[in-house]
Amino acid sequence: MFSTSFTWNDFLFLLQGAWVTLLLTLGAMAIGTVAGVLCGLLRALLPRATLPLSWLLDVFRSVPLLIQFVLFNSLKSIAGLNWSAFTVACIVLGIYATAFCTEIVRSGVLAVPFNLRRASRSLGLTYLQDLRYIVLPIATRVAFPGWLNLVLSVMKDTALVMWIGIVELLRASQTIVTRIQEPLLVLCIAGLIYYVMSLVVARLGARLETRWQEND
Amino acid sequence: MIEIDNVHKSFGELDVIKGVSLRVNKGEVVSIIGGSGSGKSTLLMCINGLESIKSGSIRVDGTEVHAPGTDINKLRQKIGIVFQQWNAFPHLTVLENVMLAPRKVLGRSKQDAEEMAVKQLTHVGLADKLKVFPGKLSGGQQQRMAIARALAMSPDYMLFDEATSALDPQLVGEVLDTMRLLAEEGMTMVLVTHEIRFARDVSDRVAFFRNGLVHEIGTPDQVIGNPQKPETIDFLKSIN
Ligand SMILES: Nc1ncnc2c1ncn2[C@@H]1O[C@H](COP(=O)(O)OP(=O)(O)O)[C@@H](O)[C@H]1O
Ligand SMILES: [Mg+2]
Repeated sequence: MFSTSFTWNDFLFLLQGAWVTLLLTLGAMAIGTVAGVLCGLLRALLPRATLPLSWLLDVFRSVPLLIQFVLFNSLKSIAGLNWSAFTVACIVLGIYATAFCTEIVRSGVLAVPFNLRRASRSLGLTYLQDLRYIVLPIATRVAFPGWLNLVLSVMKDTALVMWIGIVELLRASQTIVTRIQEPLLVLCIAGLIYYVMSLVVARLGARLETRWQEND
Repeated sequence: MIEIDNVHKSFGELDVIKGVSLRVNKGEVVSIIGGSGSGKSTLLMCINGLESIKSGSIRVDGTEVHAPGTDINKLRQKIGIVFQQWNAFPHLTVLENVMLAPRKVLGRSKQDAEEMAVKQLTHVGLADKLKVFPGKLSGGQQQRMAIARALAMSPDYMLFDEATSALDPQLVGEVLDTMRLLAEEGMTMVLVTHEIRFARDVSDRVAFFRNGLVHEIGTPDQVIGNPQKPETIDFLKSIN
């Protein structure tokens, strides 16, 4: 018969790791979304003036995340900052997410037809009111699927933080593998947990999208 | 009163309006006809400051539209404009489309804004579409909604830029009827239109635009019924 030394406690250990993965994703996406909306708006509305910003963000988009983690971690030590590994992870992932979110928001804003903005301004709305009541809501609907993809990809990228010593889902599973020597089983379970977490996020997103689409 | 005085406008090197003067009195309906590219749309947008001008002046009720100190958002409250593309805000219901500006620009209460919106939407025959999103409306209905949206600001002037040109032929009538109603109620209007019969019916004066200039202007019977300039005659022939 099938027998395993994988225990209930091991499973709880994996769930703890999954919790850390979720928290990291949440932290990174909070930073990435707020900063990304800001940078994306600036990029769309002031394309010339913010060109240097796009060069900077390109760096974070193109350098592999692992290198960013290790570099930032050493920078932290050199600068003598007393930040936890979790904070470092959130910041690095947050900046990484910012770089992608900026592009997502920028293309969302640029997708709002100029004629609509002209129509709203003709009603007497100010520049900022037009942004707030016309441009942002429409851009949100356009940008949302891309943003959701970003959440899913950041969730998987959190696995890299084990290199700076955080026990998230993948690291937790490796610890167990080392002990019980059943890599296939443990990795399948870890994979399943990733899958379920992604599924929940994707489903929530899909529900929001259908609600918007019913209106079109 | 709208006073347009020797206005010039260019896009880069391209001179689009080359010295237009036109006066629209309170209660008057003035139609602008003319070929595509003659600067009709541009002139309308200069009137409410959506486009800048190079020289000359435009005054609305004595306020200089393009003076640096003018509160343009305030001025736009009394100048409604309806475009060729109907420009419904897709994320808002019909009612919300019409309520938005009265609430955010005029600061009306939700109740007041809704009352006004329902009144205007009823006026244009959309009372049964309040909770519908614009995507579900026909082009003609969306255009009538755009008219109600402009009217909800209680404007003193209405500008129409080929409001029926993008509509299927069978939907043109309902929008023209709405515009005719407005004219009969005494609204001051400037219409850019290719509907010559309609222009002749509702206008007090008709201006024929050509190459960024008012080429011929007068009563509908003069300009449409008995045009004097050969270019006007050719144009009228070409669209019949
Ligand atoms: N935003 C713009 N930038 C550059 N050229 C423009 C712009 N808008 C209009 N034009 C040009 O100005 C001219 C007049 O345009 P328009 O006022 O739309 O004419 P009409 O409404 O009489 O057809 C056209 O040659 C058009 O190509
Ligand atoms: Mg035009």
